[in-house]
Amino acid sequence: MTTDRPDPSRTAAGRPGSSRAAGGAGDPGRAARPGPPGGAAFTVGLIVNPVAGIGGPAGLKGSDGAGVQLEALARGASPRAGERAALAVRALLARRPDTRIVTVAGPMGEDSVRAAGGVPELVRQAPGDPSSSRDTTAAVEAMRDVDLLLFAGGDGTARDVLDGSPSCPVLGVPAGVKVYSGCFAVSPAAAGTTAAEFGRDAGRAGSTGSPGGTGGTGSTLAAEVVDLDEDAYRCGRVSPLLYGTLRVPAARARLSGRKVGSSAAAPGSAEAIAREVAARMRPGIRYVLGPGATTMAVGRLLGLATTLLGVDVVQDGELVAADVTERRLLGLVDGHETCAVLSVIGGQGFVLGRGNQQIGPAVLKKIMASGGLLVLATQQKLAGLGGRPLLADTGDPEADALVAGHVSVITGHRESAVYRIRPATEEFPA
Amino acid sequence: MSGHAGEPFAELPVAPKPRLRRFHQARWDEPIIFEQSRPGRRGIAVPAPGVPAVELPDTVRRAEPPRLPEMSQLHVLRHYVRLSQENLGVDQAIAVGQGTCTMKYSPKVNDRFVTDPKVAELHPLQPDDTVQGVLEIYWRLERMLAEISGMHRVSLQPASGSAAIYANIAMIRAYHASRGEGERRDQVITTMFSHPSNAACAKTAGYEVITLMPDENGYPDIEALRAAVGPRTAALMITNPEDTGIFNPRIAEFVALVHEAGGLACYDQANANGLLGVTRAADAGFDLCHFNLHKTFSTPHACGGPAAGASGVSEALAPFLPGPTVEFDGSRYHLDADRPLSVGKMRPFLGVTPNVVRAYAWIMALGAAGLREVAETAVLNNNYLMHKVLQIKGASAPWGRNRLEQVRYSWQELSEETGVHSEEIGVRAADFGVHYWTSHHPYVVPEPFTLEPTESYSKEDLDEYAAILEHVADEARRDPGLVKGAPYNQTIHRIDPSSLDDPGRWSPTWRAYTRKHLS
Repeated sequence: MTTDRPDPSRTAAGRPGSSRAAGGAGDPGRAARPGPPGGAAFTVGLIVNPVAGIGGPAGLKGSDGAGVQLEALARGASPRAGERAALAVRALLARRPDTRIVTVAGPMGEDSVRAAGGVPELVRQAPGDPSSSRDTTAAVEAMRDVDLLLFAGGDGTARDVLDGSPSCPVLGVPAGVKVYSGCFAVSPAAAGTTAAEFGRDAGRAGSTGSPGGTGGTGSTLAAEVVDLDEDAYRCGRVSPLLYGTLRVPAARARLSGRKVGSSAAAPGSAEAIAREVAARMRPGIRYVLGPGATTMAVGRLLGLATTLLGVDVVQDGELVAADVTERRLLGLVDGHETCAVLSVIGGQGFVLGRGNQQIGPAVLKKIMASGGLLVLATQQKLAGLGGRPLLADTGDPEADALVAGHVSVITGHRESAVYRIRPATEEFPA
Repeated sequence: MSGHAGEPFAELPVAPKPRLRRFHQARWDEPIIFEQSRPGRRGIAVPAPGVPAVELPDTVRRAEPPRLPEMSQLHVLRHYVRLSQENLGVDQAIAVGQGTCTMKYSPKVNDRFVTDPKVAELHPLQPDDTVQGVLEIYWRLERMLAEISGMHRVSLQPASGSAAIYANIAMIRAYHASRGEGERRDQVITTMFSHPSNAACAKTAGYEVITLMPDENGYPDIEALRAAVGPRTAALMITNPEDTGIFNPRIAEFVALVHEAGGLACYDQANANGLLGVTRAADAGFDLCHFNLHKTFSTPHACGGPAAGASGVSEALAPFLPGPTVEFDGSRYHLDADRPLSVGKMRPFLGVTPNVVRAYAWIMALGAAGLREVAETAVLNNNYLMHKVLQIKGASAPWGRNRLEQVRYSWQELSEETGVHSEEIGVRAADFGVHYWTSHHPYVVPEPFTLEPTESYSKEDLDEYAAILEHVADEARRDPGLVKGAPYNQTIHRIDPSSLDDPGRWSPTWRAYTRKHLS
């Protein structure tokens, strides 16, 4: 780490509504603020939603609301957003060690920065315990003068950031159950790398950073923020709404892109894929059906009451278990030859780690040691990826690496494609 | 003549012609011919035969007369002339916009050969000795196409490019069956940018189809091929250059990988127009190939048929060729139907003889050096047009400029800026008298358009086409609603394409229309 960091004990002392980590009094800081030799400082704000994603492994399809979060904890889930934020910060500091990181005390950011070996500057905000949407929005408002705002969470967190009307570009560190919005990087590491490169041209003309930011930044594009009504979602109704747009760094290859629905697919395409899956099913093998309309069609074809959004297990034409948690799934695959049947998130390419966190690293390792993966997507969905690979992001690079290479994707009845799949944590070219 | 004030028009200033051609498509609101039928109306009063009538058995007699339209000659002629005016084709437009279809000029002199009674009045069941001339044309064209492709034998029986592809998959199946591997080898590998008929024909023949997606450079992913090939591989069916216009320089490696797995390699030469006299299918190790005579060899596309295809095979595959084949013993030509391993007939009789005659005449007129000049001119024209198109703001060519005879471009940048889509730009371009095509589905290149200028078009033609695209792109920026509301100068506005996916509404014939919609 660098030695030219500000004093970590300092907290923000900015004006109301635009408080930020400051290097001193007055206009502090511009002159006094440390930076790379011959360059201007690049200031990043970090907001972590500590409970983001906690409902995923618990089979709760989301994490919104204190009741859901308590239920997730009861089902054995543990928070992971802070850890993922730390991965992003680590990647950022590795490429741009002089970055100043302004954040909120405790699990809303400070812990992640410290875990990544960084030195946080804290805004004057005391988040609730547990934290809530209001804390996220308040943190955005307290970070008016940063060059880039990183936040770790899911679609709900993105909405909260949007509600805070950020004055600078933002970038999401994917940590939620559902990450349908277009403002997220493909992985925490990709978020950190993108942030570092966004500030790479610090001091150059044509800055698109906030007026108060000292560093020049790269170009941006508008990304859509979408979210679902989680209660309706848990009842199997998928009705995403567009809430607005956020400016994000224009690093298309590292952005996950907004989820594209399957409604444009040709009629009958899900049924054709389901027929092929059913034809490939073998006696004595357990099949883990991930969420989605295509896997739901498999269950429908088999005459089983599988779920649209949950993870189900079938074997020999029977439903072994429906809507399981990660903990239960681990028990169900243990000692059985198991194959996972997973659909692709349209527009993004995620096969693992988005909406199906029940298939966690431990489950995936067992599956890859026996039956492997059956991936389902229409040709249209693959074409819509624009050449980007399929992605796995269970949060464990070792488990994700097991699926790396080429995978057979069932695109129809007696039709398939061979397509690249890689861990989302791998380095992506900009 | 004089003007209102008694002054001659000659003294008035003459407005300059607009930069782009003024155009309006003919619009006749013409009913279909069956709706124009009137009972008892006749085109020809056929005289009585003058021989005794013979009572036909009931088994071959119609229960009722055919429901043909009853019209005079003038009305028939007028009907079809009107329809021809409500059309955009090679004979009146700059048809560079239908990439992958190789819309080149079909020399009219060749039509005189096929309307000659020596060709037009042949009967398909005439004895070989009475049709030595046409059999010689079949034989000689086969040998020319074998030389062009490097293949051992060629069948001219398929009635279209897709029929030739189907003939090839039928031979692939027969080949593996003859070796006792027919059931095990049940997969065919193709690529996303190969002609879709390869996947369709393989599927129709009962194969499981595996598609390779493009890699980050636009080439089919060779690592994906390594993952896909195996003991179940029957064949690789691949187009090169693909529909992007990108030639795969590792094609021989693709072929070798498939051969190592025991599969066959089949070359779709729908995009052969930039390759004539430059490279050959056999030189890359392919076992089979096909040509579309209506693309590369100038015969008319014929609006869905009959076109003509040619299937070429290596010596090992020759016993499986469709038949009967045309043979030459050094002095006379004959048909050989005694071929026990043949996949059989692709269509009745020899093939689409008029198009075989046209293709033969076209090649004879050019000679070997002329064929190579065709390829070089087609590539040169494509590079010139690409240079012009890529100067238009908002147009791009994903994966760079390394193209042969066509390019799949993208309007993604223009579309993101204006909200105008590629299809809408194509419709608006038709208001200036040119045709334009996007891409096969699904779109891999976002907001695609595919241009293939062939060797037929002049620099002025290409300049005019590029100027139209530039004008429409500019309109999209200035007034996107104008482009989205197009066409304005066409026979009809837009049709609802949803029926194209609905067999319940298809009406390819009048009989189907009356059954589905009038009964």
